[in-house]
Amino acid sequence: MKPISELVKSTPASGIRRFFDVVAKMPEAISLGVGEPDFPTPWRIREACIDSLERGRTNYTSNYGLLELRSAIADYLRKHDGLEYDPETQILITVGVSEGMDLAMRAILNPGDEVICPEPCYVSYKPCIIFAGGTAVAIPTTAETAFRVDPAAVRAAITAKTKAILISYPSNPTGAAAPRELLEEIVAIAREYDLYIITDEIYDRLTYDGCHTCLPTLPGAYERTVLLNGFSKAYAMTGWRIGYAAGDPEIIETMMKIHQYTMLCAPIMGQVAALEAINNGYDDSQEMIEQYAQRRRVIIKGLNDAGLPCLMPGGAFYAFPSIKETGLSSDEFCERLLFEEKVAVVPGNAFGDCGEGHIRCSYATSIDKIEQALERIARFVKKL
Amino acid sequence: MEKQILSILERDARTSPEKIAVMLGKPEDVIAKAIEDMEKKGVIRRYKTVIDWEKAGKERVFAFIDVRVTPSRGVGYDEIAGRIYKYSEVHSVYLVSGDYDLRVVVEGKTMQEVAFFVAERLATLDGVLSTRTNFLLKKYKDDGDIFEEPAEDYRLAVAP
Repeated sequence: MKPISELVKSTPASGIRRFFDVVAKMPEAISLGVGEPDFPTPWRIREACIDSLERGRTNYTSNYGLLELRSAIADYLRKHDGLEYDPETQILITVGVSEGMDLAMRAILNPGDEVICPEPCYVSYKPCIIFAGGTAVAIPTTAETAFRVDPAAVRAAITAKTKAILISYPSNPTGAAAPRELLEEIVAIAREYDLYIITDEIYDRLTYDGCHTCLPTLPGAYERTVLLNGFSKAYAMTGWRIGYAAGDPEIIETMMKIHQYTMLCAPIMGQVAALEAINNGYDDSQEMIEQYAQRRRVIIKGLNDAGLPCLMPGGAFYAFPSIKETGLSSDEFCERLLFEEKVAVVPGNAFGDCGEGHIRCSYATSIDKIEQALERIARFVKKL
Repeated sequence: MEKQILSILERDARTSPEKIAVMLGKPEDVIAKAIEDMEKKGVIRRYKTVIDWEKAGKERVFAFIDVRVTPSRGVGYDEIAGRIYKYSEVHSVYLVSGDYDLRVVVEGKTMQEVAFFVAERLATLDGVLSTRTNFLLKKYKDDGDIFEEPAEDYRLAVAP
């Protein structure tokens, strides 16, 4: 048989996938490896969708997405962040931020273009860049800078081929949040070199200390930034696959062009649910976020007490402690922790080479389970 | 902060001040003092355990009884309500708007026991005009607790 896509074959497989296969065989393990909320979608949102299904709303929508949803998002961004996006031409409803990221890369990059990508980062970013024909230029970050990217390192990585900077705060896997001043410096660099910025702000509402800065609100950022966000984390709507992109009309139209041919539109039932979420879901989401805030404190204290130094993350629902003092590699630590104490965590190297020596612990699970897991982790570390 | 402490204790009354302190990022003595103050003021009335008595094997029957009363001079609603709620069989007494005046929740071992209580004790009270009894058949959700089996965690064990 003839060879299939070399580009895709040569893209590294997800480090999580291999580990997942192992954990899947151990249903009794406590998993701190889940990157999605443990809450089901709030009932009122599910009800709104069920109602729409009963009424027979099962058709295609506009390629851009339901206008009511786009308008609601535009209103929200105006009220919340002071941003003006025309719902008809500047907002696109995507199939999760995952598709939004893919579309943004394919719309912006020409073959050989470089995208600066701070690491450790979400597993999809580099593959999206590669599939779009671009080159990912990874910038490592460490605990010393609280996993915030160093603008000097960004500057040093710029070449004639650099097209865009990919920013994602609060971050999966580190939980790092970026202060306004840091983002201002990134925007300044982007302006200087005429680069695009793609910002994945899916965890914006899950910010615990201070306020999240929505990147396109910064001076000079609006025209060059593609804002990606969605409903998965704040409203526990991961499986619904609904996100949105907002930005310059030409970029959004280009993204829509790909989307119209490959997806046609995001599922209408998800869009209907998202509309209910953005209109009436605020209180429900705040309750969940308050829970994450409490769990965050419990898990960070527990990890540090167990001998795994861990910074207090500013957002998301991940702790990214260092396991360097144990002398084990991330893979070894995770495998042994799973087999000896039946706790699943994700090796940090799945998110970039600089993630080696760390593990990602998700606290999107009940405080009881978190405490049980912490007990077992402490026991494990003590034995080493 | 007080409301946050109350939410935590409402969910699980056994949460220690130490744990609440970690969850809310406050010093333990501040939390302990706040709880003590709320207990003294009666904001926290008591700590309670929610029990599924059916699972425990105890037979119980509940009835909701709507009571129409004629409050007479010197014997207002409060006094009639007082006469009713002093019975240990009576779980709750509420003054409500609408067709009836009081809503009473009564517990007994059998429907007959409850019916007997209503006929012999409730309906005969001075000031009680009429009663209407509805028996509880099945509890779906009670006082914020859903009594069905807890939902499964459908999530994949590891997800990016």
